[in-house]
Amino acid sequence: MPGGHGMGPAEALTVQAVLTQISYLAAAALFVFSLKWLSSPATARRGVIAGETGMILAIIGTLLMPEIEAFHWILLTFFIGAAIGIPIAVLMPMTAVPQRTALSHSFGGLAVGLVGTAKYYLWIAEEPHRLTHFVMGVLAFETILGYLTFTGSLMAFGKLQGWLPSRPILYRGQNVVNFVLLGIAIAAGIYLNFHPTEALLFPVLIVLSLAFGTLLIIPIGGADMPTVISLLNSYAGLSASAMGFVLDNKLLIIAGALDGSSGFILSVIMCRAMNRSFTNVLFGAFGAVSEKQIGAKEERTVRSAQPDEAASILAAAQSVVIVPGYGMAVAQAQHKVRELYDQLTRRGVEVTFGIHPVAGRMPGHMNVLLAEADIPYDRLKEMEDVNSELPHTDVALVIGANDVTNPAARTDKSSPIYGMPIIDVDRARTVMVIKRSMSAGFAGIDNELYYMDKTLMLFGDAKAFVGDMVKAISSEGH
Amino acid sequence: MDNLVASFYVFILATFLGFEVIRRVSPLLHTPLMSLTNAISAISLVGSIVLLGEQRTTLTTVLGAVAVTASMINVVSGFLITDRMLRMFKQRPADRKGKQS
Repeated sequence: MPGGHGMGPAEALTVQAVLTQISYLAAAALFVFSLKWLSSPATARRGVIAGETGMILAIIGTLLMPEIEAFHWILLTFFIGAAIGIPIAVLMPMTAVPQRTALSHSFGGLAVGLVGTAKYYLWIAEEPHRLTHFVMGVLAFETILGYLTFTGSLMAFGKLQGWLPSRPILYRGQNVVNFVLLGIAIAAGIYLNFHPTEALLFPVLIVLSLAFGTLLIIPIGGADMPTVISLLNSYAGLSASAMGFVLDNKLLIIAGALDGSSGFILSVIMCRAMNRSFTNVLFGAFGAVSEKQIGAKEERTVRSAQPDEAASILAAAQSVVIVPGYGMAVAQAQHKVRELYDQLTRRGVEVTFGIHPVAGRMPGHMNVLLAEADIPYDRLKEMEDVNSELPHTDVALVIGANDVTNPAARTDKSSPIYGMPIIDVDRARTVMVIKRSMSAGFAGIDNELYYMDKTLMLFGDAKAFVGDMVKAISSEGH
Repeated sequence: MDNLVASFYVFILATFLGFEVIRRVSPLLHTPLMSLTNAISAISLVGSIVLLGEQRTTLTTVLGAVAVTASMINVVSGFLITDRMLRMFKQRPADRKGKQS
């Protein structure tokens, strides 16, 4: 008989229960320390160890529970999970980190949704008294949030992996359709709240949540991914927290709340860095709306340069600020950039990197790529710091970034990106931009920067062009 | 009911604690932060283990098995990849710093 209250010696049960609670409490404290230690690179790895220890304690505490019987199944699923998880963590290239993150949000949402579903059917069949108004309400919330995070993150994964077009997919009345779907799902949840035994409504709620998650993310374009991925991170945390309310488990509530607030903070930072609101990111479909503007511009001339000319300008400079963007990640140019950094540093050039908060496809994406290429992290500067240095900088080198360097954000009130904080590369003495062609950026707007007298356009693939510049500099030295 | 109120207190306090702690994380480490919180929120593993371990009905066992697998993937890959990323963040070697100044 599983889970009986009067089973066995009462004392033995209590000892187990106490041990479980102690391990949960310790796990909760360790999770908080884990995040606290992550705040600086010096202590960050200790933070991971604290998190791992907390997780192991939580698992042991759970396995101590008397109702756990099927240890063989648990071991088997642990093994399968580890067999999939370890290769993902060890083999995945750093450029694919945004995809992996989206995928893990989707796994997290799925797990929460499935537990919610299982609990509903279990309780409705065997312990209907447990489905109080409150529990049913949270259960419905947990399930909706879990499943919409699942499909939403799966769509984000598809877009980041390139399996789905990263351009926004739009149709008329999209927002209306989405809200009607979510509205019906919530209405079903509320109805279940008062009539929990209407078991037929539960599958409706599941299907609608899955559909809403899919449709919510489909219209969102690639450059908005940093915000969306942070928001989904927050949802994944909140759904775990809701699960804690359903199961009356404080550890789940705490860990979920920590994740929820982390994702929320990151989404706010990302929104601010684009000078946009949540609603605008989720329902505005930025890229497509402003696409109309393409083609309206007259032909203008730009100055361009070859790798050897660009290389000699860089080598002659005293200070260089490199501004990387998603294009650097796509071209996998980070290792060549590192070689350029080495060559210039050896010649006494002061090289720093200016990182815009939304550069790349997730928060901190550029930092990880540059760290992977062995560039010391004290060379990676935040936008505010680098902007105060740029007026005294000889050369600003933009690699695969566009809208985050567009001076129109400062000057042109009619521009869709007006008000967005940018990296002021136009204030450097010379600007060089590595770009494949003159096509417009994600926002579909022309970049004034390219037509300035001090700007040199370096046309080509980022990896190849930086590689050619490295060759030119090193041959010059000998 | 008391339990419920206590749960809300726990939730609110943990959220504020999260805000305070995470606000201090350097933007440099935002990607590792997201993978770490992701691994931590895979604590839903705990709920899934109970569901699977109890073996109450076939449905709950099957759903529990999938949920444990999904959470376990997140736990393992989340912590490992966070550590892999953090190992890459290095300071400037002292000799190069000396040359520059």
